Amino acid sequence: MRMELLVNGDRHALDLDPRTTLLDALRDHLGLTGSKKGCDHGQCGACTVLLNGRRINACLTLAAMHHGDEITTIEGIGSPDALHPLQAAFVTHDGYQCGYCTPGQIVSAAAMLEEARAGWPSHVSVTLDGPVELTDAEISERMSGNLCRCAAYTGINTAIREAAEKTNGDEVPE
Amino acid sequence: MRPFDYVRADGTAAATEAAQGGATFIAGGTNLLDLMKLEVMAPLRLVDISRLDLGGVEDMAEGGLRIGAMVTNADLAADAHVRRDYPLLARALLAGATGQLRNKATTGGNLLQRTRCYYFYDTSQPCNKRDPGSGCGAIGGFNRIHAILGASEQCIATHPSDMAVALLALDAEVETEAPDGARRRRPLADLHRLPGDEPERDSFLEDGELITSVILPPPSTGRQDYRKVGDRASYAFALVSLASVVEMSEGRIARAALAFGGLAHKPWRDREVEEVLVGEAPSESLFDRAADRLLRDARGWGGNDFKIPLARRVLKATLRTATGTEVRA
Repeated sequence: MRMELLVNGDRHALDLDPRTTLLDALRDHLGLTGSKKGCDHGQCGACTVLLNGRRINACLTLAAMHHGDEITTIEGIGSPDALHPLQAAFVTHDGYQCGYCTPGQIVSAAAMLEEARAGWPSHVSVTLDGPVELTDAEISERMSGNLCRCAAYTGINTAIREAAEKTNGDEVPE
Repeated sequence: MRPFDYVRADGTAAATEAAQGGATFIAGGTNLLDLMKLEVMAPLRLVDISRLDLGGVEDMAEGGLRIGAMVTNADLAADAHVRRDYPLLARALLAGATGQLRNKATTGGNLLQRTRCYYFYDTSQPCNKRDPGSGCGAIGGFNRIHAILGASEQCIATHPSDMAVALLALDAEVETEAPDGARRRRPLADLHRLPGDEPERDSFLEDGELITSVILPPPSTGRQDYRKVGDRASYAFALVSLASVVEMSEGRIARAALAFGGLAHKPWRDREVEEVLVGEAPSESLFDRAADRLLRDARGWGGNDFKIPLARRVLKATLRTATGTEVRA
């Protein structure tokens, strides 16, 4: 079936089997292989992309359902010449070992920081209406949808905390 | 994944019409697509309702909230009215899934998500819910996450939702639209079924019947809590959970609404447990009597025997907190 996807600001006309997930459309049909296929069941977060600014698992939605929606992948977050603050912080603090989960971690963290700035509480927040203080416990809980099998969580948490401080008040690139 | 026809509905009437006879609605898709990839579910047609006008969390004229069926779990947990007046609901939503899943999962879809029983998910195993008449692998198999109340010899699966447990304690109602245009409003307590000898049916919804909204009555003045016990603190289903609204008056329990997750094929609320408590002064012996009532017909299946004492402890711990009762040494 025919559909149009708006990815990282570019329009793409596609003709795909209705079974095609958004992740497979991005990777196999648009050549955007930054989003990774880990578990393919929404458990690991390696496929995390932004849908109209919100983080989602690209493996658990159909491309056909996103005709006209704005999709942002890791390729739209930053580039080798212009790293997003989160990308720079992951490099500085070794927020990875093998690197397979890293694009998902970074896209997820970018949206997570926006959620925290909007005052969204988490499961570990003491109150539901207070300002969000991004402690290690808060970052870990809010990032629980992104697994790292190398267990680089110490570096990941440090990188996210540093980027949060540096980018406070900035907009996440769409 | 098996092939299917994809239909995007442009209105609720078209959606319910298209959803009859082997079709399934798709909203957030986080549970359905997971199951379709495993071929646990293989609908002939997917009716996409994600663009229907079923969003929004609105104040109702008579008090209370109307929550659109397409409101995401993330938006509902972050909603200012929900956080202020129904903190139990926000807490239950935040206790489940992940940031990514909550951004996609919807209010209607959360209610209708399927069990996480290992045998339901494994197409090489018998399961009366997935393949009626094939048997139950969990009975005599691995059944750590399974039901201790309301199960049958056909099925001992549990309902996995945290949100539904909170909504049940809050006396929520569910609005639906049927293919003939009929709109119904039923208590949430009348949405989910026990397995009986038809475990393939999770709910009382008819073919093509669409959940359009969830209605919350005006908030009560009691204390609200959501206590969840699972194998991990984050991103794990409840082994036992308890949503509670408890109101005290002059040292006595004036009202208690207690809904449990992880115990049964549906969110479990037993009014007789609440009747044991109402009008009484809180005490350990009273709490034990309430637990005795809750668990009078409880049955373990080996791997889940621990849920019987665990449910008692969860109930007593919640009641101590909610009534301000000190734990005696």
